[in-house]
Amino acid sequence: MASSPSGKPVLYSYFRSSCSWRVRIALALKGITYDQVPVNLLKDGGQQLAAEFQVVNPMQQVPALKIDGITLSQSLAIIEYLEETRPNPRLLPQDQKKRAQVRMISDHIVSGIQPLQNLAVLQRVGEKKLEWAQHYITNGFQALERILKNTAGRYCVGDEVSMADLCLVPQVYNAERYKVDLALYPTITRINKTLLELEAFQVSHPTKQPDTPAELRA
Amino acid sequence: MSAALVKPVLYSYFRSSCSWRVRIALALKGITYDQVPVNLLKDGGQQLAAEFQVVNPMQQVPALKIDGITLSQSLAIIEYLEETRPNPRLLPQDQKKRAQVRMISDHIVSGIQPLQNLAVLQRVGEKKLEWAQHYITNGFQALERILKNTAGRYCVGDEVSMADLCLVPQVYNAERYKVDLALYPTITRINKTLLELEAFQVSHPTKQPDTPAELRA
Repeated sequence: MASSPSGKPVLYSYFRSSCSWRVRIALALKGITYDQVPVNLLKDGGQQLAAEFQVVNPMQQVPALKIDGITLSQSLAIIEYLEETRPNPRLLPQDQKKRAQVRMISDHIVSGIQPLQNLAVLQRVGEKKLEWAQHYITNGFQALERILKNTAGRYCVGDEVSMADLCLVPQVYNAERYKVDLALYPTITRINKTLLELEAFQVSHPTKQPDTPAELRA
Repeated sequence: MSAALVKPVLYSYFRSSCSWRVRIALALKGITYDQVPVNLLKDGGQQLAAEFQVVNPMQQVPALKIDGITLSQSLAIIEYLEETRPNPRLLPQDQKKRAQVRMISDHIVSGIQPLQNLAVLQRVGEKKLEWAQHYITNGFQALERILKNTAGRYCVGDEVSMADLCLVPQVYNAERYKVDLALYPTITRINKTLLELEAFQVSHPTKQPDTPAELRA
């Protein structure tokens, strides 16, 4: 069945997955009510690898969103679909060049930083995983800080919250988790702080999800 | 100077799959451009040079100077080309099919290629072939399952889309890292069909200004 009995969209999510968090922020910003099905990436050898989840998402990853009779994965593909079908409030600027900058920043984080420090890769790297994660986040943030000096206003691109901001906050959370020194990135730090004041970034936070472990719950 | 009078400039490396995606898009849309090769291996990596950092602070290829701005990230570039030069289309009109095209593109561009790009393999060192094969295999197993649902003649239905621009360079990488493609019949079929199109040929790594003589077609 392609949607829950209530007809609401269903989000398969893990509390600490930054990819899932991006989508949770988008749903919150757009005021879309949904049901959440937690998928624990660590338990049972990784619940995302279970046969029944492969039916939901052949890519065996979170997030996955069941909506309007289809199932989508890949956080930015999901967000762009939400943007096209539920356009208010906007997450992409109207100006084509600013839209391109939003996508460029989003892609830099989503392709250029996060995959290099995601759970599966760090498990494979093994012992040196902290150094590995720090290396790729640092590299990525050095480039991002330079880009943002050109594009940022109050937020990543100008003064409106965009898809780029949805990618930034979870990546900063990861940077903190892996003890990256953020003092070197004042623009990133300022924008992150400003975004975390918004309700959508709070209700979607890893410390406030149905599957957040008790010891991490806010 | 009017940006409209100046041809776009693409900073590219012949073998960079990210650059190839953009070369295909420019060819499909009939956009004439100048190419500036950036050698990722020579001189410690020309993408790290100070003068290139001015062009692209992200220090990566591809980068495209167009309409007075410089963009990086292949999919961001392709989406900009799609919005400003909409014919022929690279994204379907149907919203759900558009989402599938983006999903497949993102899977390749975030879920496979970064894990086997040059910089990562340099860091992995000795075991890099095994590492590359692992991530391409994982990614292709998932992609084969997805494509069984979405594919027609091409990745999504019967029109060439952004997903196809991502597929062909990734298959080239799979072959380069000796991944057994017999396990992925849908991927293989679509790749073969796409390589018959002129845009996928003129943009091929063996036919670029910076292709070394020994690899040139």
